[in-house]
Amino acid sequence: MKFDVILRVGTKLILPFVLLFALYVQMHGDYGPGGGFQAGVIAAGMIILYAIIFGVRRAKEIAPQRVVEIMIPLGVLIYAGTGVVSMFLGSNFLDYSHFAHDQLHAHEWGIFIVELGVLVTVAGTMTAMFYAFSERGR
Amino acid sequence: MSAVSSHLPVLQVILPLLGAVLTAFMRRGQLAWSVTLIVSWMLPVMAANMLLQVLTSDPILSYRLGGWAPPYGIEYRVDKLGAFVIFIVSLMGAVTLPFARKSVAHEVAEHNQAWYYTMYLLCQAGLLGIAVTGDAFNAFVFLEVSSLATYVLISMGPHRRALLAAYQYLIMGTIGATLYVIGIGGLYLVTGSLNFADISMRLGDASDDQMRAILMSMAFIVTGVSLKLALFPLHVWLPNAYAYAPSFATAFLAGTATKVAICLLLRILFSVFGAAIAFKTLPVQHLFLVLSVAAMFVASFAAVFEQNLKRMLAYSSVAQIGYITLGIALANQAGMTGSLAHIFNHAVMKTALFLALGAIAYRVGVMRLRDLSGIGRKMPLTMAAFVVAGLGLMGVPGTAGFISKWYLAVGAIDAGMTPLVFLIVASSLIAVVYIGRVIEVAYFREPSVACSDAKDPPLSMLLPLLLLAAATIYLGFDTRLTAGIASDVAEALLGGLKQ
Repeated sequence: MKFDVILRVGTKLILPFVLLFALYVQMHGDYGPGGGFQAGVIAAGMIILYAIIFGVRRAKEIAPQRVVEIMIPLGVLIYAGTGVVSMFLGSNFLDYSHFAHDQLHAHEWGIFIVELGVLVTVAGTMTAMFYAFSERGR
Repeated sequence: MSAVSSHLPVLQVILPLLGAVLTAFMRRGQLAWSVTLIVSWMLPVMAANMLLQVLTSDPILSYRLGGWAPPYGIEYRVDKLGAFVIFIVSLMGAVTLPFARKSVAHEVAEHNQAWYYTMYLLCQAGLLGIAVTGDAFNAFVFLEVSSLATYVLISMGPHRRALLAAYQYLIMGTIGATLYVIGIGGLYLVTGSLNFADISMRLGDASDDQMRAILMSMAFIVTGVSLKLALFPLHVWLPNAYAYAPSFATAFLAGTATKVAICLLLRILFSVFGAAIAFKTLPVQHLFLVLSVAAMFVASFAAVFEQNLKRMLAYSSVAQIGYITLGIALANQAGMTGSLAHIFNHAVMKTALFLALGAIAYRVGVMRLRDLSGIGRKMPLTMAAFVVAGLGLMGVPGTAGFISKWYLAVGAIDAGMTPLVFLIVASSLIAVVYIGRVIEVAYFREPSVACSDAKDPPLSMLLPLLLLAAATIYLGFDTRLTAGIASDVAEALLGGLKQ
């Protein structure tokens, strides 16, 4: 794709908006369609698009293999950790009631953190899968 | 302490899950093993605590996940059956784990060792989750968690055929899980609930035209779970999966994975559907009876003619599962007790046998019977443990296997099916042949070239093996832990049946 100016410039223009949209889907997951999973897929899509146009080697400069592999368990740790914190606050596993002064805010915060965990794991897993496939036969 | 004890049901799942996450960050197998060991040794302590609570004070421990009340939220519900199975699974994990360190370092590629422990802990979390949950869909999720982890565990085997075996299991396991979900979907359609206890309550006042959907759901669920527990014609994934998985994975899975599926089957047949539907409107009882007997004979014969020792024991596992389902099919107090006790006894014996093979794999590296002649003289303690556990498998009096077969035989007589007693004894005689074959080769022949400089494995591998072999004898005399608790569980299950 070295000589394909339109694709390269077009991709560079699109990339920030893809990430922005991923964050939008993430933040508005509790009000509209979306959430951690969808946002994670979109964010990973950004890396994958970059890798397709500019090559996997350069994509790995943005999202190194090691970071991607750490993201996978990190998201689960955020999710499960939230549950453990809620246990230390005196309620059941994943019961967010004690996260803030009133029930509504507490649940919003709890779900926000948990969805963040989902985002991290899904983005990491998607990217890792793409890396694994793109490296086959090398 | 009371702050912790109210969280015990959920901790059974969270601890291995957190352990899995921690080991996933690690790169070194040894470090991951240490984390796994800590988690694995904490689990049976908590499980014993729960078992004690369930047996003595309150029969059901209920835990609301996220604070949401059942049936709307997910409920973790530890009853006698669940506590019994959780105890077995966590105990097997704790006993075998010291064996893993050297065995895994020997068999699994170095960059995969930490992942291996991650997968082991995920598998453990999934298996315990199935036993602990009171939610039908949650059970499916845990079924998938444990299965996916199992596929990876198997595929890490030293031989390339492990990949194929894992793939075969993946296809079969996925079909099984799919059937289970279809069944749960049908039940949800009829009852509008996913909580086991709630479903069972709502099934009570189901109308006649809903009966067809209920029966369909039950057929799907029973078939799906039977695939997972390797009931006779659905067992084809098991021999290869066990034969080519790394030694430690085989030993752990043989003692736990199929047992948990049996726990799920029992819960669905007796607690959810109840005997009225399960055993009267559909011929489930006769079906299980025929398939169990077929498993006892066909799989035992397959074991007799098998050259690969690991595959031989895998076939024997299919036969032993036949005994367990036989007791379920009898559906009376003694038969059920035998069946539940056999879950424990078989876990102990089969894990011991597979650990012995793991020790041989560590020292000699071959699994073909004829290459292992004279191994008994070279690895005396290992093979002694193998023989003791093998005697248990035959059902020799004074070993654990005798107890469960005794109860099964009594159950058969109680059910008015005396010929079954002869079938139980006859199939045990086939076990004498295939275990005897190994003993003959191991002790009465000159040591072969392959095992000329073999010796007993290091203490960390030997100790779990000897412990389980000793337990085989001990459980043959002291039956409080097996048949005692099993009869309590059977009473609870059958009590639910009479309503």
